[in-house]
Amino acid sequence: MNFFLLSLIKVGLVAAVLMTTLAYLQWVERKVIAHIQLRVGPSRVGPHGLLQPLADVIKLITKEDLIPAHVNKFFYLMAPILAVALALTSISVIPFGPQINVFGVETYMQLTDLNIGVLVLLAISGLSVYGIALAGWASNNKYALLGGLRASAQMISYELPLALAIASPLLLHNSLSLREIVNAQDGYYFGFLARWAIFQMPMPQIFAFILFMIGAFAETNRIPFDLPEAENELVAGFHTEYSSMKFAAFFMAEYANMITICALATILFLGGWHPPFPVELGSGYVPSAIFGMAAAIALFHGLNPARPKDRFTLPVFAIAFFGLAIAFAIPVLNSILLPLFWFASKTGFLLFLFIWVRGTLPRFRYDQLMRFAWAWLFPVSVVHLFATGLLVALYSN
Amino acid sequence: MSDTAAAPPPAATRTMTLNMGPQHPSTHGVLRVVLELDGETIVNAEPEIGYLHTGIEKECEVKTWQQVVPLTDRVDYLANLSNNLCYVLGVEKLLALEIPPRAQWMRVMLTELTRLNSHLVWLGTHAIDIGAMSVFLYCFREREDLLRIFEMFSGQRMMTSYFRVGGLALDAPRGWQNAVGKFIKEFPSKIDQYENLLTGNPIWLKRTKGVGYMPLEDMLDLGVTGPMIRAAGVPWDIRKSEPYSSYDKFQFKVPTRTESDVFARYQVRIEEMRESVKIIQQAMDGMPEGPFQADAPKIVLPEREKMKTQMEALIYHFKIVTEGFRVPAGEVYQAIEHPRGELAYYIVSDGTSKPYRVHMRTPSFGNLIAMKPMLEGRLIADSIACLGSLDFVLGDVDR
Repeated sequence: MNFFLLSLIKVGLVAAVLMTTLAYLQWVERKVIAHIQLRVGPSRVGPHGLLQPLADVIKLITKEDLIPAHVNKFFYLMAPILAVALALTSISVIPFGPQINVFGVETYMQLTDLNIGVLVLLAISGLSVYGIALAGWASNNKYALLGGLRASAQMISYELPLALAIASPLLLHNSLSLREIVNAQDGYYFGFLARWAIFQMPMPQIFAFILFMIGAFAETNRIPFDLPEAENELVAGFHTEYSSMKFAAFFMAEYANMITICALATILFLGGWHPPFPVELGSGYVPSAIFGMAAAIALFHGLNPARPKDRFTLPVFAIAFFGLAIAFAIPVLNSILLPLFWFASKTGFLLFLFIWVRGTLPRFRYDQLMRFAWAWLFPVSVVHLFATGLLVALYSN
Repeated sequence: MSDTAAAPPPAATRTMTLNMGPQHPSTHGVLRVVLELDGETIVNAEPEIGYLHTGIEKECEVKTWQQVVPLTDRVDYLANLSNNLCYVLGVEKLLALEIPPRAQWMRVMLTELTRLNSHLVWLGTHAIDIGAMSVFLYCFREREDLLRIFEMFSGQRMMTSYFRVGGLALDAPRGWQNAVGKFIKEFPSKIDQYENLLTGNPIWLKRTKGVGYMPLEDMLDLGVTGPMIRAAGVPWDIRKSEPYSSYDKFQFKVPTRTESDVFARYQVRIEEMRESVKIIQQAMDGMPEGPFQADAPKIVLPEREKMKTQMEALIYHFKIVTEGFRVPAGEVYQAIEHPRGELAYYIVSDGTSKPYRVHMRTPSFGNLIAMKPMLEGRLIADSIACLGSLDFVLGDVDR
């Protein structure tokens, strides 16, 4: 098939899925945080607030698009565009699944398979600090300036341990292509223990994974490292002066970065789309079982409704879940859906971790944050990298 | 950061002035602080108050003695019953009124519940300022129960006005033992929950330990009171030193710390909550029976039944409602231990049915003065922790 046509279709699909995920990640975050905090979260727009993202988008688009008189207009407008563009670009090198065959067309579940995919990702995330720094500077606002400064210092400092944490699985797999890294994690020890990087001999990368996740929290400006927008100190930080869709652009950039970095963690450390235990032990039936159970639970609660409207909404969910369960049981769809399922559930778990931490931990102080990066995280990741290199050199032959 | 701050600044550096408040997420109300910043270090901090000035002190002079009670609610809207208590104690002292034990014990119990209420709001907002969002909502879950109890007693959740000159507004409602008993039975485990999230948390310790230190002498000079001064090592508690409303009949400890930092203040307040639970338990167990209002027909409104049937009672009712009661000329300074420190009402009477002057010595005002020396030389993020540890209410500062 024509390369351009195929690429166009894939781009369209990925963009649609990514945008929906972005919107619903925010819904999930609000719901999860709400339940951690004994609230109910969005519940008015649609059943269980499921249409809330749509309402938010409409609201943000129709809000007055304010450009304050005291800003540097060019950079002020450039900052959100830069932030969101870079955040969305990085998804293009992420592989979601193996090679598949749809209607006789062989293709990868990936937009572009670069042999330096990891480097491209690091380069893009290195650039993404510009969006925030420019926003802080161009806003001509003291809170925004402080937020922008904090963000620049923080993201540059945490890039180092993050990159070093990424480097050690690269040594293990001896490749920079994300696809090959995932392929190198195929197979099982003793027939059941997955050969994911966090378990892989000769140097299980579990510490690199922890270092990476700490760095990821800082890179995406999430609690406990959300100093650039520390609401209680800097009002709204670097986006204090932004409104309407420009504000939404920063919001989207933050969530897109979160998704990308969780996908990257899945690929580097958690074996990408490979199931946690082999197909011979029945990993192929897990999604059907999960969705089947979800359908049964939804149906049960629909028949014994806690609220009157549950009588209608929950059976609909039950039917949807049941449909998914059947879809996963069909052999033809199975080969396409299973890798996606495992990839999505691993990434989803990491995203849940981000939200969970937000509901639990307080925030660092600026100087403590920098000291933590340079005096603790950086040396540890250097030592870890050397240890990995040593072990790989000793045992890989 | 600290290294660069210690180095001599280059010739061209200038400090930046940052206006924090009156609309800022962490100044709780409308405090305005003008910060002079060198990078993120605070060089100078100028607090500016008066954005919530209500003129309550002046308004007291045109109300009758009993009508002042609802005004005192609005001074510190997180600890209204403590304010009620201080005012009525002052007036009762001028009147030389004997309050029946039931009313006194009820007052103790309810002011301790108020202390819990105030400390819960403090803990929640303090935690959310430092970034721990969830603690805020856990605290408000318990506060909700407390507000329900207040509503049960007085019909109002926040502006209770339950204490009156001469006793209580109403007798305790039916079933109050169950509501209060259930609450204090569960409450200690809820405090454990908050402590689980905060006390051992390394980030929390890093943000609070050694932050906002202030030497004891400075605190004494500035008139700082309450948990702030107890966290500096002085076991000064008016409930112990000048017992009022039969506080001398209750056994409780006065928690102290010596570090005088944000964490010490946090620990003192947490322990105070545990002590308050003990006081409430004692008050419930030993609650005396009897009248809830003093036997003073010229001051306390007669019962409805008596007013309808007895001539004398009708006359008193008419006099109290139309004119109010008269208070002998004189002046009194009545201090109590408010959740935030020493609250005192200085009341002057010229013998009429309206106060000549009511002055409030509010703990928030005294404690807020300590802010300036506490902030200077520290980072912006510390200012949030320090402001939280001061535990001020702007209504209490400006009145």
